[in-house]
Amino acid sequence: MDDAAARPVQTFRIETAGGASRIAASIALLIVLVLALLPMFAGRTLIQDLIFLFYMLALAQCWNLLAGYAGLISVGQQAFVGLGGYLLFALTLIGGLNPLLAIPIAGVVSALFALPTALIVFRLRGAYFAIGTWVVAEVYRLVFAQIKPLGGGTGTSLTPTITSSVPGIEWVKTLLDLRTPAARDIVSYWVALALVVATLAAVYFILRSRRGLALGAIRDHEAAAAGLGVDIYRIKLAVYVATAAMTGMIGALIYLQKARISPDAAFSVLDWTAYVIFIVVIGGIGTMEGPVVGAIIFYLMQRYLADFGAYYLILLGTLGILVMLFAPKGLWGLVAERHGLTLFPTRRRLVIEADKRVQLNP
Amino acid sequence: MTGWLDALIQGVLLGGLYALFAAGLSLMFGVMRLVNLAHGDLIVLAAFAILLVATNLGLDPFVAVLVAVPILFVIGFALQHVLLNRTLGRDLLPPLLVTFGLSIIIQNGLLQLFSADSQRLRSGAIETASIPLGGGIAVGVVPLLTLLSAIAVIVLLNFIFYRTPIGRAFRATSDDLEVAQLMGVDHRRIFAVAMGLAFVVIAIAALYLGLRANFDPTIGPARLLYAFEAVIIGGLGSFWGTLAGGIVLGLAQTIGARIDPEWQILAGHLAFLAVLVVRPRGLFPRAQD
Amino acid sequence: MPLLETRNLTAFYGDFQALYGVDTTLDRGETIAIIGANGAGKSTFLKSIAGLIHGAPDSVLLDGAPIGARPAAEIVKLGIALVPEGRRLFPSLTVEENLLIGGYGRRASGAWTLDRVYALFPILKERRFFATPTLSGGQQQMAAIGRALMSNPRILLCDEISLGLAPIVIADIYAALPQIKAEGTSVVLVEQDIVQAMKVADRIYCFQEGRLSLTGRPRDLTRDQIHRAYFGA
Repeated sequence: MDDAAARPVQTFRIETAGGASRIAASIALLIVLVLALLPMFAGRTLIQDLIFLFYMLALAQCWNLLAGYAGLISVGQQAFVGLGGYLLFALTLIGGLNPLLAIPIAGVVSALFALPTALIVFRLRGAYFAIGTWVVAEVYRLVFAQIKPLGGGTGTSLTPTITSSVPGIEWVKTLLDLRTPAARDIVSYWVALALVVATLAAVYFILRSRRGLALGAIRDHEAAAAGLGVDIYRIKLAVYVATAAMTGMIGALIYLQKARISPDAAFSVLDWTAYVIFIVVIGGIGTMEGPVVGAIIFYLMQRYLADFGAYYLILLGTLGILVMLFAPKGLWGLVAERHGLTLFPTRRRLVIEADKRVQLNP
Repeated sequence: MTGWLDALIQGVLLGGLYALFAAGLSLMFGVMRLVNLAHGDLIVLAAFAILLVATNLGLDPFVAVLVAVPILFVIGFALQHVLLNRTLGRDLLPPLLVTFGLSIIIQNGLLQLFSADSQRLRSGAIETASIPLGGGIAVGVVPLLTLLSAIAVIVLLNFIFYRTPIGRAFRATSDDLEVAQLMGVDHRRIFAVAMGLAFVVIAIAALYLGLRANFDPTIGPARLLYAFEAVIIGGLGSFWGTLAGGIVLGLAQTIGARIDPEWQILAGHLAFLAVLVVRPRGLFPRAQD
Repeated sequence: MPLLETRNLTAFYGDFQALYGVDTTLDRGETIAIIGANGAGKSTFLKSIAGLIHGAPDSVLLDGAPIGARPAAEIVKLGIALVPEGRRLFPSLTVEENLLIGGYGRRASGAWTLDRVYALFPILKERRFFATPTLSGGQQQMAAIGRALMSNPRILLCDEISLGLAPIVIADIYAALPQIKAEGTSVVLVEQDIVQAMKVADRIYCFQEGRLSLTGRPRDLTRDQIHRAYFGA
């Protein structure tokens, strides 16, 4: 600080993307391209695993935006996963819509549901908000368990006609010479890839926008941000509704892939919130890279340790606690702190041109 | 008509159980501003502890709870001292996520030890005993004991909080952590004692949970939500408010169940949301938070 | 050996340094006053002694023993009590409970009991069952001083006890000082009001931007010296 004051003649520049980030952007583009072409070579198991990885990552990015940036710690995001899933079933089974069309509609309707929900749960502050969202998710679960046309408490399945009606399946079948179920997985895979890229892009642009700057301010110091004229309530509301829409779409996709839904599974706090929180915390909350790292770790653990059942979950819980206590910025936080690395340059940094070595990370 | 009156009475008695669930949660929040997501699982854990003591020593659950109480006090004290004290600070996330992790650990630990089978605390004739009130209405002895115990617990907690040095230290620490230290209050120890005390309340709640109905390792989260709803309905910071909140919740559930058995839980949740809309600070607010 | 001594005391709030090596002494039965402009580090100085801010162990010595790194809850047990700036009574405790909790950590036998505090500030006895937010500023200040006395401290640290009070009320509060000193208590006053400080203190320390700028007996110091030490030349 004193140093800078001692050299008064200096020019400043605000920049977001560093050199590493530009390289990272090119690499990311390449990765997406490779992933898009992957079904040409990969086996069906890998494709199914990657679908799982993609939607968990997308959910994690949503939760991270909510909790890590807007300070809205929700343990009730399963409400919107389940809602999206049920909307897909209702729109296709009862409404006769094409599944691919049903996914965006599920997003819009989830947002419409999120608005009144927010008006109620936003009356609870901080930690109480967390439990409040959980209550809301339970209300959604219990209500959907009452809807008999969707199978009530036992749930229902999509008919093969519907699951096969997704555009592109026939094309993939002839192109790659596959049976319908395998072709269906590949189309789901592409939709999942598109959704996770879209989620990453959406979160990235939200954080880069003026609103995003305000979010950073809220996270760092809510009272101070309010003093600077940031309308905290509206911004939090916007983030809550936006993540509900994204989460709803992901939920619709998840249950299009699963083709079977029940209230207990669709509104499961373990599957759609606990795992997601684990991913974000292990990877590093409040960064975009963290959930990516966390999702990969979670995927590997799920693949190799899930057979241990209860012990696996005990391990997840313990790891989560240890990371929270001893590395609260997660694994990515440890790496980034040491090397000053960012792949998604959402932060602005002050570069003092007279001396390139001095960089202040806000 | 009798049916409705019966529902009202049962609702009030059920409220006693929810008040017991809520009193521990309220105590933790009142002293250390901790919102404990593992609260429901801790109640289930305590129920298993009582079951273990009762079956291994051949004791009646009412006696077994007396054995379990000091053990649970120590566990609570240690949990706060070793783990939870590390999470307290300006940031909301660590306590929430650590207790959430704890919830998963407890649930799965219990599943591993006791399987998913339903359990029940057995205490002989008292379980089914009831007192006829005339007009075809009767109150069960255990539900009645639950409500009376809830009242006793609240009276006792109020006594500790408002009539003893440690209670003054609880309130002072909650008011102003820094100045409390200037008075020689070791807040880490005070928090640990408060958690130990909360575990005693949890043990009593667990006794009635296990006597009134079946329990298994997975029912904790729902108990957390009931406890939380009772606290918020009653208004933060008052133990008597917590009792009122528990009763409102119990009434909503029994009335809902009376309309359609499948609506019991939903009706409770909706009553909670309704209170939140109409009176966001609860029915009997006290704490300025 | 002085009762209390600070040696090269430094203090930080994160990256911000508030004290740059402060040396002071306090003898038994003595009253010293710390004066200085806002932000000079006066409150930080008291907080460092009281254990709310930790420094090097030997930067604060009590009877020659290092206490600079001890937590606040232990410091009060050693006989050092702080009347914090802004009074900071516990709002959910009554006046009497606030006094009682003052003796929570240190149950030393000594002159100060509930009755003695009530004798010192009779208005507190009238208000004993009132919640503290209902008290006037002067009454709150009396309660805060009484609360600190309840631990029967050897050293009483007072942070801006005249702040925001009417002159007549300030006089009332300072009138209690001789009785406190009569019990053998040493006093460290942080005071914005220089005239008041000069009147009651045996010695004065003036702080400027975290450093000691002047020290001496009130009668040896000139107005000019103090003015310069206070605002900088």
